[in-house]
Amino acid sequence: MVQGADQPMDTERMVLNFGPQHPSTHGTLRIIMELEGETVIKGTPEIGYLHSGFEKLGEYLDYNQYITITDRMNYLSPLCNNVAYALTAEKLMGLEVSKRTEYIRVLMCELSRIADHILNVGMLAVDLGALTAFLYGFRLREDIYDLFEIATGTRLTTSYTLVGGLMRDIPDKFDEAVIKVLDNVDVVARDIETLLNKNRIWQDRTKDIGIISKEDAISYGLSGPMARASGIDWDIRVQEPYSRYEEFDFDVAIALNGDVFDRYLVRMEEMRQSVKICRQALDKMPAGDVMVDPDLGFSLPPKDEVYNSIEGLIYHFEITMRNRGMTPPIGEAYVATESPNGELGFYIVSDGGRVPYRVRTRPPSLMNYSIFPKLIEGHMLSDAPAIIGSTNVIAGELDR
Amino acid sequence: MLLPKIITKVHDKFPSATLDTTQFAGEDIIHIQGSYNLDVLKLFRDNGFNFLADITAIDNLTLGGFERFAVVYHLLSHETAERVTIKAYVPEDQPELPSAESLWKTADWQEREIYDLFGISFKGHPNLIRIMNPDDFQGHPLRKDYPRLGRKERDDFPVVKRGINKEAAQ
Repeated sequence: MVQGADQPMDTERMVLNFGPQHPSTHGTLRIIMELEGETVIKGTPEIGYLHSGFEKLGEYLDYNQYITITDRMNYLSPLCNNVAYALTAEKLMGLEVSKRTEYIRVLMCELSRIADHILNVGMLAVDLGALTAFLYGFRLREDIYDLFEIATGTRLTTSYTLVGGLMRDIPDKFDEAVIKVLDNVDVVARDIETLLNKNRIWQDRTKDIGIISKEDAISYGLSGPMARASGIDWDIRVQEPYSRYEEFDFDVAIALNGDVFDRYLVRMEEMRQSVKICRQALDKMPAGDVMVDPDLGFSLPPKDEVYNSIEGLIYHFEITMRNRGMTPPIGEAYVATESPNGELGFYIVSDGGRVPYRVRTRPPSLMNYSIFPKLIEGHMLSDAPAIIGSTNVIAGELDR
Repeated sequence: MLLPKIITKVHDKFPSATLDTTQFAGEDIIHIQGSYNLDVLKLFRDNGFNFLADITAIDNLTLGGFERFAVVYHLLSHETAERVTIKAYVPEDQPELPSAESLWKTADWQEREIYDLFGISFKGHPNLIRIMNPDDFQGHPLRKDYPRLGRKERDDFPVVKRGINKEAAQ
């Protein structure tokens, strides 16, 4: 053995600028790494490159207009954002939506969750060099996006919900298309797990990397798969059910080690549970309207009435004109929902006007990413993509 | 139900801290003096509300309230799945209150965000610098008296002028 080989090398610290744009940072993130050799001594994230003032915009757009802004926050699961915002506005206004609306919302949220998780797992794999798993996942994600296109008209900027209901009902035979995709989810999930779970390189790169203890997870405000991989039995869908999640039968995936590998396992299992929920939602889909009673003055009239009758046109303008429309009472509401990343909350303060006084998004990415400096400390530089990938930080939601 | 017990505890221990207790849509909101926020938050944390879900702020310029700014804490209890909102009021002439970073690490980045966007500073915060806007940014964009279109930041933005030789390109 060479003399001194067991000692750390006596080198100067090097400062490396990781990002702002790098394929493995998943958005415009910048991390200033202080390195000693290849070991990261300190990693300081610098965020805000995608800050677009969504919260300021919310003070100038009315309740239905702001739904288009929520699409742009977490652009991997925009439907979950739409639903979370609509739920908050409905709580503020004291609206109760129909059962069919709630079931369609659950179905769409769970499809988004599958798409989000499969992309996250695929991205994590491709950052660590496993290209095949990524391609399998991406193929399935395209199929799910096709479903969104059938139901909402667009793949990404869905804007599917309205305050008090949905933009439009799901089309006929939509359930057949969904079931075809759901059957495929199990196959793809099995393929990915066969490729990765017992892969030696995968295990070496993900096991015991970025371990989060239970106490840290609570202190740093982590939620969703990040918290559940550290052994916290907390799923808002079960503990504080919204949108009739209490009527569905599913399990909560929990792991105990809190490393990158466990977060991957939790996401894989959550996908399977989402498939279960989707199937139940399709089976039990109730009939009815997808908008609250029009007499309440919250819902836009059907488009053919607007174009073909004077009453419909007048009614349309009554709702959309700047000095008319829905006005909630003075008050405030906070609703937390379980988005694929964790607790996605909206906090709306109303002064009784047509536009909210203040709209706050509780972005799960911000809290999940804030633990990153602690996780990267002492790891190799090549572990940084693994840790960033497993936190699933979405820059649009992080910076808003 | 943890909440009623803790509210009486707050009244007993810090009688001058609570300004008001209100309810909206079934949610409890506790309004407190800004200087008492650490005492009240610690009491809540030690009595079951173990999770700080969110910190944000409101500029009460036209809404009205006890003071100009309110820093809003959303707490959650993992045991009983209860939520509570605590609003700590901060005056306009001295927008400063103690940092909650010593109780929950998640307060670090979120207080930086409030400092950046509202200009409320936090005593005892380890690294109180801007997080969303550039360090040399002037003003606090989420204040109600800040215009939506900004204060000419767009015009003053440094532009790199590259000398492109148009004739040579043709």
